[in-house]
Amino acid sequence: MSNTFETVAAIISETSDIPLEEITPESNAMEDLGIDSLDFLDIAFAIDKAFGIKIPLAGWTEELQAGKARVEDYFLMKNLCAKIDELAAANNS
Amino acid sequence: MIDGIEALNTDKASISARAHVPGQSPVFEGHFPGHPLVPGVLLIETMAQASGYLILALTAYKTMPFLASVKDAKLRSFVPPDAELAVTAHLDHEGSGYVMTKAHIHHEGKKVCDAHLTFRLMPFPSKELERHMLDQIEFIGLKSKN
Repeated sequence: MSNTFETVAAIISETSDIPLEEITPESNAMEDLGIDSLDFLDIAFAIDKAFGIKIPLAGWTEELQAGKARVEDYFLMKNLCAKIDELAAANNS
Repeated sequence: MIDGIEALNTDKASISARAHVPGQSPVFEGHFPGHPLVPGVLLIETMAQASGYLILALTAYKTMPFLASVKDAKLRSFVPPDAELAVTAHLDHEGSGYVMTKAHIHHEGKKVCDAHLTFRLMPFPSKELERHMLDQIEFIGLKSKN
């Protein structure tokens, strides 16, 4: 996961102008890093391109709004990176 | 802003449209007195509308695109009243629940503006809006161009 984390952290730092050192695996992108849903579109685009995946952002948003998931399930950095790894592995299989 | 569709290519995810700038408009009275010009924000809106029609076609008219972000907008030349504009847009990236396009406008063969646009895709928030959009799509001939 560490390479994924480094890549995603760099994307977030570059896209949202957040110092890299403030982004940790325990950071919540929305609640700790102050990223809103509009910022995350740019981040999702960059992640999609970097990993050759399509983050199911619409599905995640629906689940959050329906109370079927918590924000940290998808936007805690270590969880986000784990999801990215799963999507990348599914693409490669 | 869009008066008609010239071409729609769903395979290449691109659209060409035309827009006629009216000769007179209250907008020109203040922008600017003695030197009427189409405001940049309206050129951006024109590009957004062309992109929006493309997205509607690509999503089978089932979701409504809402402009979320404008990047790298370049307003290269002035656009006067009565201008005939050629508006084009193509899909840059289709994400989950969002789409990015690149669009530009030409006037008399010269590029006058371009921008990268991001749209959120949502279900139509009202039946009235859905009906209006479908009527508009018919009016500008979007479905017949594919």
